[in-house]
Amino acid sequence: MSAITQIAPAVAETAPEQQWRRPSYWPFVLPALVVVLAIIIFPWLFTIWMSLNEWKVGSPTTFVGLANYLRLPADPRFVEAVWHTIAYTALSVVLPVILGTFAAVVFHQKFAGRGFLRGIFIMPMMATPVAIALVWTMMFHPQLGVLNYLLSLVGLPPQLWVFNPNTVIPSLVLVETWQWTPLVMLIVLGGLAAIPIEPYESAEIDGANIWQTFRYITLPLITPFLFIAGMIRMIDAVKSFDIIFAITQGGPGSASETINLYLYSVAFVYYDLGYGSAIAVVFFFLIIALAGVLLYLRRRTMWTEIGGGA
Amino acid sequence: MAHFGPTRRALLQGTLATGALGLTGFPARAEPQWKKYAGTTLEVNLVKGPRGDNLQKYVKEFTELTGIKVESEQIPEQQQRQKAVIELASGKPSFDVIHLSYHVQKRQFEKGGWLADLSGYMKDPNLTAPDLVESDFSKAGLQYAKNDKGQMLSLPWSVDYFVLYYNKELFAKKGVAVPKTFDEMVAAAEKLTDPKEGIYGFVGRGLRNANMAMWTNFYLNYGGEFLDAKGNILTDGPEAIAATKLYQTLLTKVAPPGVSGFNWMESMASFTQGRAAMWIDADGWAPPLEDPAASRIAGKVGYTVVPAGPKGQYSSTYGDGIGIAAASKNKEAAYLLCQWAVSKTQGARLLQAAGGVPFRNSIIDDPEVRKGVKSQEWLQSVIDSSKISKLGLPIVIPVAEFRDLVGAALTATLSGGDPETELKKAHEQFRPILERSEKA
Repeated sequence: MSAITQIAPAVAETAPEQQWRRPSYWPFVLPALVVVLAIIIFPWLFTIWMSLNEWKVGSPTTFVGLANYLRLPADPRFVEAVWHTIAYTALSVVLPVILGTFAAVVFHQKFAGRGFLRGIFIMPMMATPVAIALVWTMMFHPQLGVLNYLLSLVGLPPQLWVFNPNTVIPSLVLVETWQWTPLVMLIVLGGLAAIPIEPYESAEIDGANIWQTFRYITLPLITPFLFIAGMIRMIDAVKSFDIIFAITQGGPGSASETINLYLYSVAFVYYDLGYGSAIAVVFFFLIIALAGVLLYLRRRTMWTEIGGGA
Repeated sequence: MAHFGPTRRALLQGTLATGALGLTGFPARAEPQWKKYAGTTLEVNLVKGPRGDNLQKYVKEFTELTGIKVESEQIPEQQQRQKAVIELASGKPSFDVIHLSYHVQKRQFEKGGWLADLSGYMKDPNLTAPDLVESDFSKAGLQYAKNDKGQMLSLPWSVDYFVLYYNKELFAKKGVAVPKTFDEMVAAAEKLTDPKEGIYGFVGRGLRNANMAMWTNFYLNYGGEFLDAKGNILTDGPEAIAATKLYQTLLTKVAPPGVSGFNWMESMASFTQGRAAMWIDADGWAPPLEDPAASRIAGKVGYTVVPAGPKGQYSSTYGDGIGIAAASKNKEAAYLLCQWAVSKTQGARLLQAAGGVPFRNSIIDDPEVRKGVKSQEWLQSVIDSSKISKLGLPIVIPVAEFRDLVGAALTATLSGGDPETELKKAHEQFRPILERSEKA
């Protein structure tokens, strides 16, 4: 009896406090929740709903089930766009990652004027893509552009750059690479700064040369950072729109039309919102899948408990 | 002392005006009640360009005449078309008056039921000036503005004819005559081309979609028609293949490198730099070509009609109109503005600035108006083109898809694609799209 009477007041004291506290979390979560629902979840569900309808601006909509998705594999423009996207993305991930790593290793050395040169090197990243695109369009011009002039100085024949279907994607990747190599460099520089010094000391004692040091120590240790950089680059490259649109509008013909540009044309030039939404949904899952693969690979390369310090 | 009746001067002016109208053969109808909608504010959405400029520059006069306030914005063509469609489809457009591109939007706007019917207003003497009658608009204008039921859904504003621009200096240097036929044009272009000097005989749009506007002029002159009686598309037939071969020859053999990415702007740059001897495009480029600050060939430009093909000579025709959103609450006031925009005064200004060509015959046929045009040679090419005018694109809903798909086929021929194969491939894709949109 006495034990119970002793405990009871304690319970009575804490209970009202808990009751007051538990529901009180919601008001704090709610604004964020509403925003997420309104600008992420709802548009998402609505896009999926639109993709199941024949939905053309100016015409009544009808439910067609998966018909829009079934159109995709039979649409040569879409299939081509997928290949263009893959080629464009692969090149614009690999080149900046290789060059960016190289630049990071160089800028990790201590030499006079390093800070200043680093500053210059990251400048392309700060410029507006559309402005860059317009400048590059002028530089690519086969008759008046500076690139062909530079080629002529070293005795090479003039190129058509973005005006030839065979060279348009590499030429666009050139712009992407020029702009985004600095980003990779910054990420990798962060990685290099996190590497402990001991492995290098022991490698030196063992007589490793520069290449061996890089290949067997630096590279494995910065791999998690490379995956981060690769993932950021990949997501950026897959959804790249501004540079391609401003320079070629997907041309010549449709030689540089990526999924994103095709999606834009379908939805906002042809006003076929249903089909456009179907493309958007497929595109979304493609990005998710690619990001998933990279995340998985990154987990396998982590070398510290907290994920390579990244 | 308060004065209620008309002053003697106003009365006199009115009598004179009526008398003058009577003399010129117009029915002596009263002027519309311009002031009736004073105090209204109109929102106007315009395509960026000389037509929009011409309206904005003088709109104060309209406000003085009617007491109607006008708020207008000009948006670059591509974005304006998107904005217009999205807003009209929403049912609550932010504008009363809309500037539309007939060759792209006619069927789409009709199908959406987005424009107010102006036929009734045009018959109402309280709203319409006596000189604004349907029969004053050119055939192309009425084809564009009227729907199947014969309702006027907009007022035809400015027409674009395709013409041939040529560089007189280069022609004289090589002793080449101005071509009258396609064969002569190819021969002339070959003679004028000199890659070592960086000079080419011909330049024109190679960019997908934009290139269709020029290509259709070739197609028409080879005797092509866009649709058969049942509405099937015909642009992959023998005429189309012949037109594409000409297109391919011109743009690969005698045009500057990189032309596959050229729209009118890049073509014009080549031409004004003196690096291309001939250029086929819309008639509105005389002002920049003749501007010494922007052009190295000012004063040396010749203007003439597009050369004849084996089956005829036409000028590919496109056009703009000005209409009223069906959802607008100020339709009468908006109508007054549309009427003013296509009025004789405004039309004459547009023509004299070489910024566009009015659809109204009474304007371009007026010797006084003609006298005010700076380049008489340009004017003559426009007048000659108007006599051989033919609509330059099929009147269908999916015009954008048509231009993209067939345009891409054309561009593909510039990097070695076979005209017939490329056209067939494009039409295999386009036919189902056309069927889907027209039957719905």
